[in-house]
Amino acid sequence: MTKSLRLANLTITRRGKPLVALDLTVQPGEVLTIMGASGSGKSTALAAILGTLGRDFTQTGRIFLGDTDITDTPTHLRRVGLLFQDDVLFPHLSVGGNLAFAIPPSLKGRAARMDLITSALNSADLTGFANRDPATLSGGQRARVALMRTLLARPCALLLDEPFSRLDTALRAQIRSFVLTRIRNEGLATILVTHDAEDAIAAAGHVISPLGAPLVP
Amino acid sequence: MAGAGKAGVLRLAPALTLALLTLPVLAGISGTLVPAFASDFKGLRALFHWQGLPAALLLSVGTGVLATVLSLGLTLLLVASLYGTRAFGALQHLLAPLLSVPHAAAALGLAFLIAPSGWIARLLSPWATGWQVPPDLLILNDPYGIALTLGLVAKEVPFLLLMALAALPQTDATRRLAVAQSLGAGRIIGFVIGVLPALYAQLRLPVYAVLAYAMTSVEMAMILGPTLPHTLSAQVVIWMADATLVHRATAAAGATLQLVTVAGVLLAWRLSEIVLRAGLIRLAGRGTRGRVLDAPARVLAASAGALVAAALIIGLAGLALWSVAGLWSFPDALPQSLSLSTWARAAPDLTDTATQTLRIAAVATLAALILVLACLEAERRFALAPGTRALWVLYLPLVLPQVAFLPGLQVVSLKLGADGHWIAVACAHLVFVLPYVFLSLAPSHRAWDGRIGSAAAALGATPARIFWRLRLPMLLRPVLTAAAIGMAVSIGQYLPTLLIGGGRIETLTTEAVALSSGGNRRLIGAYALLQMLLPALGFALALGLPAVIFRNRRGMGATT
Repeated sequence: MTKSLRLANLTITRRGKPLVALDLTVQPGEVLTIMGASGSGKSTALAAILGTLGRDFTQTGRIFLGDTDITDTPTHLRRVGLLFQDDVLFPHLSVGGNLAFAIPPSLKGRAARMDLITSALNSADLTGFANRDPATLSGGQRARVALMRTLLARPCALLLDEPFSRLDTALRAQIRSFVLTRIRNEGLATILVTHDAEDAIAAAGHVISPLGAPLVP
Repeated sequence: MAGAGKAGVLRLAPALTLALLTLPVLAGISGTLVPAFASDFKGLRALFHWQGLPAALLLSVGTGVLATVLSLGLTLLLVASLYGTRAFGALQHLLAPLLSVPHAAAALGLAFLIAPSGWIARLLSPWATGWQVPPDLLILNDPYGIALTLGLVAKEVPFLLLMALAALPQTDATRRLAVAQSLGAGRIIGFVIGVLPALYAQLRLPVYAVLAYAMTSVEMAMILGPTLPHTLSAQVVIWMADATLVHRATAAAGATLQLVTVAGVLLAWRLSEIVLRAGLIRLAGRGTRGRVLDAPARVLAASAGALVAAALIIGLAGLALWSVAGLWSFPDALPQSLSLSTWARAAPDLTDTATQTLRIAAVATLAALILVLACLEAERRFALAPGTRALWVLYLPLVLPQVAFLPGLQVVSLKLGADGHWIAVACAHLVFVLPYVFLSLAPSHRAWDGRIGSAAAALGATPARIFWRLRLPMLLRPVLTAAAIGMAVSIGQYLPTLLIGGGRIETLTTEAVALSSGGNRRLIGAYALLQMLLPALGFALALGLPAVIFRNRRGMGATT
């Protein structure tokens, strides 16, 4: 179910100031990195692709997932996954509850859904964590739960919004390689937003600025 | 799309809610104004012929303004001298329970405390006063309205303090106070110059609500206020209640005068704000330090705050004790025996009345919660930005005196044939419950982390699923608190119940006020205690349920 993600002349301005100008295609399994200082429009580009852009932004151009134009599709129907800087786990649900929330309702049957959760936890080295309170997990464990939650929703493409910047240095490399390996295995077209050159090098794909200029990390 | 219809309804929610608040008020006011001026000003002429009018009007304005000045003064003094201290933390914990006490119960408790045969007189007799029988003193219902003023202060300080606490974080108070003090100013002056202007801007509407309420309160004036003459608002209700209906026009004229008076006093209050503001700027320019003020202010704030809280708490304890008292003759400080016979005898009536009270409160609160949640959902989903005008509409039923528009609303409900039905009473309660539910719930709803919604939408969750599975459960604590506040407001309503119920709907509050003129202290105690316990129970549930439900969720701690 993986598809390419195409930004066709996507531009975003705010009060006349250009923030984003991108014209590119990300192939399945490829990780494109957008780099820039904070406030440079990196996260704005992600919000546009996700469909959560605020009203004070002006957007032109189209966004395609495979052959489908998703520019005007509501966020929940886009099938574009997202990993935040913070893990944004739902605090009132257990780890298993967080994962169950992501499994599409079309998958019926309690046992089948539980199996999916169990195997997701096993594959992330979190065996037996289903009933845990997310607030009691370490930063690395939370990051892995957040990734598994995103993948269980079966996205066709993935957006990463500085997902490693809050992790301490020792953990960062480990989680980064875990996330990037999973993405390549799933063959997802991915856009990574970061200000950390090490992230860009590890992603091993094209690196550009929010305004489309090629960068060397 | 299946959700389009529902989203359409949601989009209408804010307009519907504003209409529900404004229409009854406007209909009520016109229903009051028309009979006041009808038949060649008959009502107005009768009103101006009433000899008690100047005294009644003076009492209304005098007690109202004095009570507001004292309440606001004490609130600001408490915040200025104690904010951030341990004593303030203790005070904060007392607030919600004190706030949930209905006006009538607070007034009755205070009456039991200060009456000539009340607890204070008993504790001082006969050793200090020599009284063997209750003295013939007009302490309660005194002609100057002192008891009424004190009662109003005791009830309004908790309200203003809660409003101030909600506003303080937005004023950056802690840092401003620190900066002012590091520049050499005392705590009080530092607060007045550095924090007060920002705080008062947020406190203005609540203060206007207090001012309007204090000038026109009916149930507190009936219990604590003077009787020869009554305050104007109490007199209007007495005219309204007259079975012969001959005083209807006079009552309408009195309500109109009350409305004009409140408008005039609010205007005068606004003008004094401007004058005081200019004075404040001059004070700041002079570099006043005022450090000598701090120590006495702290003592005054702590003792006055403790006095207010103690008067309320001891008064309410008195109510409870009377309800289980056997023989309790003057000047004994405690009853000779305790007995449950009052409760046993009144149990059938109490059960019926409590059921009626809860039924009305539950319907009004549920309707208010649905409307408020729909408004807030619409605000979030359609990125609406509510203006200050919407806030004014929210305060409309609180700032306009009840006695000015409820008589008119009663006429409307009579014409519709809806008066005397409990659903009609619940609808009238909704007008007063809704603003409080909105004010209590809106900050938490607006502060909800929007990234949770984005994360869930990216996982494929519909807006409806995000609301039911994420936002509502995560907001369980503030939603239940808002519900408890709504229930407390409804349970405490006197005038809407009396007028829209046409005297046929009996709630704990109308019964407690009706009993207050009689002498059966045991029965008054039972009704007032129950009237106080029901809201307290609501607050206990609002605190307890989330704690139990989220006992294994550290991220859902009681921080909000």
